[in-house]
Amino acid sequence: MKEKLFATVILAVIMFYVLPGLAAAETDIPKLTTTKPPFTEGIFPCSSCHASMPPNKEKRVLAFHPDIQLKHGGNWCLDCHDSANRDMLHLANGDLIPFDKVYQMCGQCHGNIYRDWKTGIHGKRTGYWNGDKTYYLCVNCHNPHSPKFKPIKPLPVPAKPLEIMKVKSTVPVVIEEKKLYIPEYDKANDKANEKANEKDKSSHK
Amino acid sequence: MRRRDFIKSAAIGLGGLLIPADKSDASMWERFFQKYFREMTSEEKKTVAKKLEKDYQDKTGVAINVRTTDSQPGVKFGYGLDLSRCIGCRRCIYACVTENNLSRKPQVQYITVLEFKNGEKWVSDLEESRKYYNHELVPEPGHFYMPVQCQQCANPPCVKVCPTKATWREPDGIVAIDYDWCIGCRYCMAACPYGARKFNWAEPTVPPDQFNPNTHYLGNRPKAKGHVEKCTFCIQRTRENPGKYPACVEICPVGARKFGNLLDPESEVSRCIETKRVFRLKEELNTNPSFFYFFS
Repeated sequence: MKEKLFATVILAVIMFYVLPGLAAAETDIPKLTTTKPPFTEGIFPCSSCHASMPPNKEKRVLAFHPDIQLKHGGNWCLDCHDSANRDMLHLANGDLIPFDKVYQMCGQCHGNIYRDWKTGIHGKRTGYWNGDKTYYLCVNCHNPHSPKFKPIKPLPVPAKPLEIMKVKSTVPVVIEEKKLYIPEYDKANDKANEKANEKDKSSHK
Repeated sequence: MRRRDFIKSAAIGLGGLLIPADKSDASMWERFFQKYFREMTSEEKKTVAKKLEKDYQDKTGVAINVRTTDSQPGVKFGYGLDLSRCIGCRRCIYACVTENNLSRKPQVQYITVLEFKNGEKWVSDLEESRKYYNHELVPEPGHFYMPVQCQQCANPPCVKVCPTKATWREPDGIVAIDYDWCIGCRYCMAACPYGARKFNWAEPTVPPDQFNPNTHYLGNRPKAKGHVEKCTFCIQRTRENPGKYPACVEICPVGARKFGNLLDPESEVSRCIETKRVFRLKEELNTNPSFFYFFS
């Protein structure tokens, strides 16, 4: 009897002191934060307009959201947005999720990409390689309404070996809140570059 | 006077003549007798870093911090680059130029982004690639892109040829250069099969207001004419604890660049190597790079 009591006490000690200790140790794991979804300014919370509007499930041109071009499979707004709670999204099983957990939504169809995103192979992370990281959300790079990555303007061509002294100045450009310094070439050089590029193109066609 | 004394005093006298009278202060002597970085004790490293900080302050007018952080135990840096994502936007090139205080004029850039037409000769033979592509928008349809920078080889050909041992491989896998030990012979540039090493053909210039003041002795501290330099995986960022990602990783708009510890099975690079199709550039040359290209 005494032994049983002793065992129970030991078990209680383990449960109340040791286990929470283990859980506390887990907080040493680097923190994971995500970026914020890129809402158009003033658009969120959606309920500020939609609360007083009855849901309309018909496929139609949206008068208030003309910038939204839906090119994402056969989806329609309410497949992802919730008609009852406008400030949330809903998964296929009906669970509501906030906008900054959108990866759960995307992962329903893009499971292989979701798996890669969780291990850091797909997508972008910033912060510390051996510390706290910020994970970019799917919607930071892909517009959820037309997710194909849009072409962007490249930064200036590097100078050719004989033209490395023909840099007039370097000017700042701000990309993702980071200041980069890009070269401005002498005009004559620009033209020469263009010519060379055309030549380059024609020789490879 | 004995013959031996004569030679001694003559040598000292001649030695004194070699140093110009107007510059022969104590710092000149210190600079002349500055030790090889790998032979310095940590105290000496600190002293030299202090002196360099003062030199750079005088030269550029910017308060520059020179660190000499050693490599961390249990760390081997690895880099992953997803060729199925890269769009050739060149943001990495200029993030690198800005972070590493690379000379603006003459232009020095560590990263080269190559463009290939789909189906072109590739990897073992880069002769069809274009470095000076100039499109309005990228990616150009029907093309793909491959950035090349220092591959931080485990068997680096550049280190073997250096006549002054100015370049070597650090325990964390970074191939480093002691710029003050470099004589500018450019043997390493000839030996490198990746064209990763760059030469300062003229006195490098960086406008003072564009200077990144956080530097490392083996990394982005100001260089001089005649120094060879190259990518160091942003040693000034990655050697810290916690260490930031390299600048090129942080700027990549498509998340094609991965960085981490190869000895940590949970790191992004290890995960890529484990689960994706990976190759290393010119692997047949037995350079054993720490830079892994992959397709996701």
